[in-house]
Amino acid sequence: MPDLGKYAEAVLSSYVLSILLIVAMIVVSVRRSRKVKAALEEIEKRGKSNG
Amino acid sequence: MGSIWEYANPKKFIATTDRLLPWVSALALVALVGGLIWGFFFTPDDYKQGSTVKIIYLHVPSALMAINAWMMMLVASLIWIVRRHHVSALAARAAAPIGAVMTLIALITGAIWGQPMWGTWWEWDPRLTSFLILFLFYLGYMALWAAIENDDTAADLTSILCLVGSVFAILSRYAVNFWNQGLHQGSSVMRAGAMMGDTEERVSNVYAVPLFVCIAGFILLFIALVFLRTQTEIRARRMRALLARERMN
Repeated sequence: MPDLGKYAEAVLSSYVLSILLIVAMIVVSVRRSRKVKAALEEIEKRGKSNG
Repeated sequence: MGSIWEYANPKKFIATTDRLLPWVSALALVALVGGLIWGFFFTPDDYKQGSTVKIIYLHVPSALMAINAWMMMLVASLIWIVRRHHVSALAARAAAPIGAVMTLIALITGAIWGQPMWGTWWEWDPRLTSFLILFLFYLGYMALWAAIENDDTAADLTSILCLVGSVFAILSRYAVNFWNQGLHQGSSVMRAGAMMGDTEERVSNVYAVPLFVCIAGFILLFIALVFLRTQTEIRARRMRALLARERMN
């Protein structure tokens, strides 16, 4: 860990908050992608079985 | 070689981006993690800013992407207005939350850096203010998409909003040059002269090289997320159409 001196709080909070936001954005995007893909497959399957 | 408009076909877009997505995502991960580790652990403190200089590895790339995301949305919106390709309207919709998060990161890291360096979290400086307005435009753009049920109407109205918001995206980028006042400094990294090393304000390579790696990482992350989220929007649109057809039968 580098010695961040008196600005440690500012630097660390910047990194923690930014990384949290980036990870949250990725997780939300991937989860919604999977959810919508599964739901569409289900609807398409239902449509085919109904003719 | 095929025309770029082939990718306006949703199936073609999904097939192509499916092939590209793992590569772009892997490159984004390597550049982003590598750049941030390099910047955080292996760069020296600045003689004026101390260790807060490490915040540039988040602040500069996110601010850059906040503006570039809106510019990408502007191009996609214009394509929708002129050519009525659904994929372009959906790509603009997909990019908006990413741009909003980038703007938020730029605002947060700027405030955290500003407190010890300027002695204030916030100042109604031209660049800061135009960035805040850009963030509000992102929120308004997303809210408008969510509020309108008809996809084509939503695409029309959000495209117009995007055109209006572009003024603030451009102002965010050039506010320092236009007004030449306020606390925020002008560009010292991307300026052509600085890149050639002929100005006194040039950022040292010790900081600039990892910064460029981080910028590449943010750009690649944006591309990967736009691919993924546009695929999702295309599928969601098809899902809504199929459900509407089911209800009719």
